[in-house]
Amino acid sequence: MLTSVLLAFAVALAAPSLAARLGARAGWVLAILPAGLTAYYASFLPRLAAGEVVDQRVAWVPQLGVELAFRMDGLAAVFALMIAGIGTAVTIYAGGYLAGDRQLPRFYPLLFSFMAAMLGVVLTDDLITLFVFWELTSLTSYFLIGYKHEYEDSRASALQALLVTGTGALAMLGGFLLLGQIAGTYRISTIVADPALLQASPWYVAAVLLVAAGALTKSAQWPFHFWLPNAMAAPTPVSAYLHSATMVKAGVYLLARMAPGLGGTPLWFGLLALAGGATILAAAALALLQRDSKRLLAYSTLIALGTLVLLIGVGTPEAIKAMVVFLFAHSLYKAPLFMVAGAVDHEAGTRDVTRLRGLGRAMPVTWAAALLAGISAAGLPPMLGFVGKELAYEGLFETPWLLAALIAASAVMLLIVVLVAWRPFAGRTLQVPRAVHGAPPSLWVGPLAIALLGTLFGFAPALLQDGLMRPAAAAVLGSPYAFDLYLWHGLTLALGLSVLTVVIGFGLVLAWPRLHPALVARFGEVRVGPVAAYAGLLKGLVAVATAQTRFLQSDDLRHHLTVIVAFAVALTGTVGIASGAFAGLALAPVFEYAYEAVLLAVIVVGVASAVRAHSRMVAITSLGVVGLGIALLFVLFAAPDLAITQFLVETLVVIIAALVLVRLPSGTLRAPDNGGVRRLAGTIAVLGGALFAGLLMAVTSYPLDRTLTAFYEAASYPEANGRNIVNVVLVDFRGIDTLGEITVLAVAATGVFALLRRARAKRADATTGSGNAAADQGGPPS
Amino acid sequence: MEVVLALVVGVIIAGALYLVMQRNLLRFVFGLILLSGGVNLLLFTAGRPIRGAPPLVPYGLSEPAGAVANALPQALILTAIVIGFGLTAFALVLLLRAYERLGTLSTDELTARVAEPRPIADRGDGEVAP
Repeated sequence: MLTSVLLAFAVALAAPSLAARLGARAGWVLAILPAGLTAYYASFLPRLAAGEVVDQRVAWVPQLGVELAFRMDGLAAVFALMIAGIGTAVTIYAGGYLAGDRQLPRFYPLLFSFMAAMLGVVLTDDLITLFVFWELTSLTSYFLIGYKHEYEDSRASALQALLVTGTGALAMLGGFLLLGQIAGTYRISTIVADPALLQASPWYVAAVLLVAAGALTKSAQWPFHFWLPNAMAAPTPVSAYLHSATMVKAGVYLLARMAPGLGGTPLWFGLLALAGGATILAAAALALLQRDSKRLLAYSTLIALGTLVLLIGVGTPEAIKAMVVFLFAHSLYKAPLFMVAGAVDHEAGTRDVTRLRGLGRAMPVTWAAALLAGISAAGLPPMLGFVGKELAYEGLFETPWLLAALIAASAVMLLIVVLVAWRPFAGRTLQVPRAVHGAPPSLWVGPLAIALLGTLFGFAPALLQDGLMRPAAAAVLGSPYAFDLYLWHGLTLALGLSVLTVVIGFGLVLAWPRLHPALVARFGEVRVGPVAAYAGLLKGLVAVATAQTRFLQSDDLRHHLTVIVAFAVALTGTVGIASGAFAGLALAPVFEYAYEAVLLAVIVVGVASAVRAHSRMVAITSLGVVGLGIALLFVLFAAPDLAITQFLVETLVVIIAALVLVRLPSGTLRAPDNGGVRRLAGTIAVLGGALFAGLLMAVTSYPLDRTLTAFYEAASYPEANGRNIVNVVLVDFRGIDTLGEITVLAVAATGVFALLRRARAKRADATTGSGNAAADQGGPPS
Repeated sequence: MEVVLALVVGVIIAGALYLVMQRNLLRFVFGLILLSGGVNLLLFTAGRPIRGAPPLVPYGLSEPAGAVANALPQALILTAIVIGFGLTAFALVLLLRAYERLGTLSTDELTARVAEPRPIADRGDGEVAP
């Protein structure tokens, strides 16, 4: 099983060169892969029919207990067959549909990567692996929806799908981790085997909500339904594959997979019944506003997905039986319908169903496929869709209000089928926007084959019964369940409801020509509910990010620095106070010598004067006073090397500053300023100074660790032959540091030189040149 | 004595921070100069300065006789002074160039004159507007 997934990824890698070499036939050749996979997965069916489950385990990150566990049971088989089987038809179809497209080599790798990821989702038995594959389907889907990336529409839809499903998946990962914590393992089959443990846990509610968030976003359930119709911006092969048959069903798959463990509680039922029911009704209502064939089909997909979610929520054996049959039937009719809509678009140039009539003569085979799939979609005999819908009705007998919703939606489904599979083809006279030509075989082989399968299984549903449907229902129920499938159930209540559905449906068909324009006129521009919320959230996110960036990373240097200094002071101060670092500090100033007090006072006065200075010369002089004061402190406290260096540096700084200042405009340093801004800066500065003073007092109140100093004192002469310990440390023990320091100075000097030279060149251009040579400020004074 | 030195360090750093947050770029550079002096003194104080005994090994001995000043912070500060000087020199010259190019030393006017690159307009047809 692992090999089959990896094989699909491998073909995805090889696909671009293959597609380039094969040209127009690429679709036919590449379809060998999914066709082979279909056969491979079908080979499991006899064993499944015998009640077996096939496990495969490969260690991945054994240290973390993560393994690649794969498991083929009934549910996995249904999905794997749908993914590979419909994938075969889609690959062939895409070759014809996108023939001549420059970006086609980019398409196949994405399609096959998606296929591989999707197979991974349904075959894995490990929650973490499932999550990884799940995200891969979101990502590949993003690129596939945005395939026509030159259109803004396409990009926005792709992003929307990614954001909605990606956010849900994040919640889902949280749910998975909770499940893993509760059960002590990430093996899905083990987790769901113990519902009592899961449902007794205090984390049960959170786990259900989080996992459901992932599943419901992926399966486009209300209120997250809006991304799916928008995803119709994708090329039709993608819509037919991802957004009808496979990816959107990943959510359904997850719910079905988790049902034996998490299901059966009022929370589970309430959540899924609400989401499914709301989706069905919302989709049915919104479908009435559409006349684009692909969007119509998208809403019918929403109805189907809502039905599946509902049935999983109800969870009775009858409901689950209906769920697995309906699931399979839906894929067999929805994919062909999408491909037909795409073929019509491809050959006739529009998807607007009101602008198309009489296509049947030009595209007879396409029409045949459309009719076969359409009858199934409408839930009419003798198709598998009929079996599925009857079972769904029966499964909802115990919840009449949900049943009523489904009947109403099924009537709309019938309307959609008539609009997509009948109206454009029927009629004697051809009405199309441009000259129509018959579709090439690649565009009708796939849909026709799948639609025929739906017909075959409709006549003989028993073919599916032992190998697929019973094992699948057993996997969802958690225990074996024996049932038989028939096309004809006899004159049952469900049949009566089907007749009622058809009557309402044809009523809608008759009313549609007047109803549709009226509804569009009234509600066409209304944007409310989840769509508006999504747009608002996205806009709000951008606005907050912009405002935050403006504030925190202002273009204005002063503002920028104020934020940084304030944040640093506030953070350090808060941590310091909270940890009690400043508690009990002695504040008594003790002077042993009066001249020291005088020196310190001079430094303080120098600082005050530098801060208050209006004139540049006063400021420079004050800075000099502070610097020399510090140098004198170094002298007093036994640091002659520091004192010498400080004297040199102070002198040089004054010289450079003077050189620079003569070229700057004269005038006051203190431009008239807003008092509030000044007070703010003052407050932050005083707090910052107090913080540093406090920190320093706190540090010096602890005993000093002199280990390193003692080492240098002891080793200075014997090992380095130097009597000045500071110098030995610099040039010997920490020689590399000093080399770095020299490098820094060299870089600074080069920068200074380059800047001054450019300035001089410019001035020489402008005037005759002042000839004021720049001093070279390089060279370490130490 | 450390307490007094700590207070002086606080005063120097407060002055430096105040200058750094000013509109005039020259005052910003003055703040930078003050800050590097204040931080050096901070390091020095943290090393517990003592009076009159520089970290030297007398002739005839292989180790200093008795307690001498802490050599480790002194070595660090020596590096810091020199690096601080490089920074100051570079900042001053950069400031000079900024003034020559833009004609102002006020941070808000600098912002206005260094216009941000215009956002790339997307016309939705895949072509990037010039």
